[in-house]
Amino acid sequence: MASSNGNDSSAQQTVTLRIKRQKAPGEAPYWETFKVPYERGMNVISALMKIRLNPETAEGRKTTPVTWDAGCLEEVCGACSMRINGIPRQSCTALIDNLEQPIVLEPFSKFPVIRDLMVDRTPMFESLKRVKAWVPVDGTYHLGPAEKISPEMQQIRYKYSECMTCGCCLEACPQYNGKSAFIGASVIGQSYLFNAHPTGKNLKGDRLDVMMGVGGVVDCGNAQNCVRVCPKGIPLTDAIAAIGGQVTIHAIRKMLHF
Amino acid sequence: MSKNIIVIGGGLAGLAATIKIAEAGFHVDLFSMVPVKRSHSVCAQGGINSAKDMKGEGDHPDLHTTDTLFGGEYLADQPLVQDMCYEGPKIIDLLDRMGVPFNRTPEGNLDFRRFGGTLFQRTAYAGATTGQQLMYALDEQVRRFEADGKVDKYEYWEFLSAIIDDDGICRGVTAMNLWDRTVQAFKGGAVCLATGGPGLIYGKSTNSVINTGAANSRVYQQGVNYANGEFIQVHPTSIPGADKLRLISESVRGEGGRVWVPKNPADKRHPTDIPDSERDYFLERKFPKYGNLVPRDVATREIFDICVNEERGVNGENQVYLDITPERSGQTAEALERKLGGVLEIYRKFQGADPLKEPMKIFPGVHYSMGGLWVSPVDDGGQIKQMTNIPGLFAAGEADFQYHGANRLGANSLLSCIFGGFLAAPRMCEWAASHSKEADQAIYDRELKRQNEINERVLGMTSGSENTFQIHKELGEWMTRYCTVVRRNEDLEKLAGKITEFEERWHKIDINDTAKPANQSFLWTRALWDMLQLAKAIVKGATLRNECRGAHYKPDFDLAMPEKDKMGIPTDTDVYREFVAALEAQNKTTYKPLPPKSGEEVAPEFIDYMTRWVEKEKTWNKSTLATYKEGDQPDISYLPTAMTVEPPKPRIYK
Repeated sequence: MASSNGNDSSAQQTVTLRIKRQKAPGEAPYWETFKVPYERGMNVISALMKIRLNPETAEGRKTTPVTWDAGCLEEVCGACSMRINGIPRQSCTALIDNLEQPIVLEPFSKFPVIRDLMVDRTPMFESLKRVKAWVPVDGTYHLGPAEKISPEMQQIRYKYSECMTCGCCLEACPQYNGKSAFIGASVIGQSYLFNAHPTGKNLKGDRLDVMMGVGGVVDCGNAQNCVRVCPKGIPLTDAIAAIGGQVTIHAIRKMLHF
Repeated sequence: MSKNIIVIGGGLAGLAATIKIAEAGFHVDLFSMVPVKRSHSVCAQGGINSAKDMKGEGDHPDLHTTDTLFGGEYLADQPLVQDMCYEGPKIIDLLDRMGVPFNRTPEGNLDFRRFGGTLFQRTAYAGATTGQQLMYALDEQVRRFEADGKVDKYEYWEFLSAIIDDDGICRGVTAMNLWDRTVQAFKGGAVCLATGGPGLIYGKSTNSVINTGAANSRVYQQGVNYANGEFIQVHPTSIPGADKLRLISESVRGEGGRVWVPKNPADKRHPTDIPDSERDYFLERKFPKYGNLVPRDVATREIFDICVNEERGVNGENQVYLDITPERSGQTAEALERKLGGVLEIYRKFQGADPLKEPMKIFPGVHYSMGGLWVSPVDDGGQIKQMTNIPGLFAAGEADFQYHGANRLGANSLLSCIFGGFLAAPRMCEWAASHSKEADQAIYDRELKRQNEINERVLGMTSGSENTFQIHKELGEWMTRYCTVVRRNEDLEKLAGKITEFEERWHKIDINDTAKPANQSFLWTRALWDMLQLAKAIVKGATLRNECRGAHYKPDFDLAMPEKDKMGIPTDTDVYREFVAALEAQNKTTYKPLPPKSGEEVAPEFIDYMTRWVEKEKTWNKSTLATYKEGDQPDISYLPTAMTVEPPKPRIYK
């Protein structure tokens, strides 16, 4: 079928993967190595699919198939996040040809492991509730057309609206971890997205209250890792700067009660 | 009165239903195998149709209706399609109000583009990730209701069964927590399955890994009829991968993308070095009127024909070029990036080549199921729109069967999902309010026990020699080979036999894993059985349907329209309708050909064709209804299509 470009690996016959596994939440992790046959154009997902067809370690020991999270396999759903050779990213777009072997797969470290490479990212969705990441429409009944929006503003909003809540930005962030309160770049990006909408901005004050509080935008340490790992290339640091500015104005307004 | 309603599935249909139900003051328990934001609707790329006529072309919901019915070869439910097309513009306005970042014109209006099966610019879009953007807008509204306590989400929970009382009424569901395998019974005044399509039955498809169709199969096995299962859309343009087939949106052609192969199949030059004069733009050549934007079933058959029958695929492989380079599409790279960014990015990331610099290489891939759970098209005589034949159990979205007939037009699925969800919601509320009598606790306990027993049985499958994923891989290969673009009865019979063999092998699976948390081998094994049951319904429907209609093509039953240039066939397809009326008027039972009154001269071959066509319509314009029979092939019956909006005519896109 369609050919894959990239580095030529046709000489490679097998792909070696080292996978950090964990049997259940709270249990100690362990490592297993797998070898799977190479196929043109394959990605980390298809390597994992090959493992489950014959769940055996490289040493020939029978084991359980590896559990991982996946959905669309075309990088629009955000499900298949993991650390691949140390980098947080989507495993669907991680092409074997472009990866150094053995390919090391680990679950995200900033979220509780459910099993193997699958983690619980519920806190990310909870944060979206905190900043009211929505447009407060009156209802779904017909109210006529919405306000016009310039193509320029549409392009800015569209970029932030591509956020899949995949968690790469949080995994890469030195300020975000199980102990800190920092809300993280993705939610700051979403706050910016909705503050930029003609109706969404009606909740701007509520969002900025959260951004002003503990774990808000001031907790950002400006490491800029988020923007480097975002699979969708979302300008998260721009949003952090913009929200920072909005928070300053919001704080002054609150202080002066207007 | 029961104020709790259950929605299964958090894609566009499920979220649309949830919002309307919560808005009506009912509480929703929303179940999804994945966080709802990751539902398969995010994969829709090109856009959503509505005849808002914002390009001054004179578009109208009636024209949208006609295109949809014609595109689906008159198998869709006509009044519902009409209602959907009339609601389209309002739905777009609502999505716009919810903040969907639709692309804009310089004035700030919604931009629209062309899609297949229409001559109008009718498709609103947000880059080339329209599904994702619509999903997020609805997801955000649901999160708002969730924050208000009006919706409870059960994410990473899988639907196992409907709970049906002794009167045959659905009273709730059983579902399983995928992280710890707990099974629970949930009470609901009404239940809606918005569980999408069964693409994974075909192994590799454009679908997400969650699209097994298992939920639909489970209620089918509980007695819901499965309708038009044989109508599986194979999308003309996808890129084959080791793990899936990745969709390359029809919007690429909507923005000027052109499909071609070298005129000389042995031409080994780089595609950009092949001049136009040595390229065969075969869709434009064969369909001068619609060109590259013929409906999907037509484009797919043509590409398949070029590659498989004529052996003219690029480099001798099953692939053709799709050319969206600025030189060939007539748009600037900047404009293409703005309108198609998402899909261009997919090609770059997975194929390592830039579609703005060289043509993409694509081939058709299984994409969508027009068929699905039978739901009522009317509110009449005890029937309720979007409700299945199990009272209290509703379905919407790709999971139901009635909006797309034999072939779905691009950018109609997002519309039908939202429309279907909106249609189901108030009816579910009304049903829940009028069936408020508390059901006996015993029915919940009984179903819970049954599901736990199934789990125990599957967990006990540890001594066999078969691998559950291997059987699925083979099922996919067989289904793709024998039940997609071209279907032959002898192949379909072979396939049915093979599925029975897969069922036998299923019993010999070693699940390789008995652990409690997130045991995907165990979950897959349960779903695989359900996929096999649905596969049987698809294959039997296809076997019995001895005709060609939309996506269902059997060369042995092709009526073979006479060549236009030889026959002087009327190009105005309404002439055909006039012809049919003349036939009808003459005799209801035997059709003696009469020439149309329009004055066009008609060849006898054409009269002969039309006579056979009318006969075929009389025999086959009906929906297939599969009824599950345990341990056997399904029973197949048929439902006639109501032609209340417009009568059919032969489908010509020349």
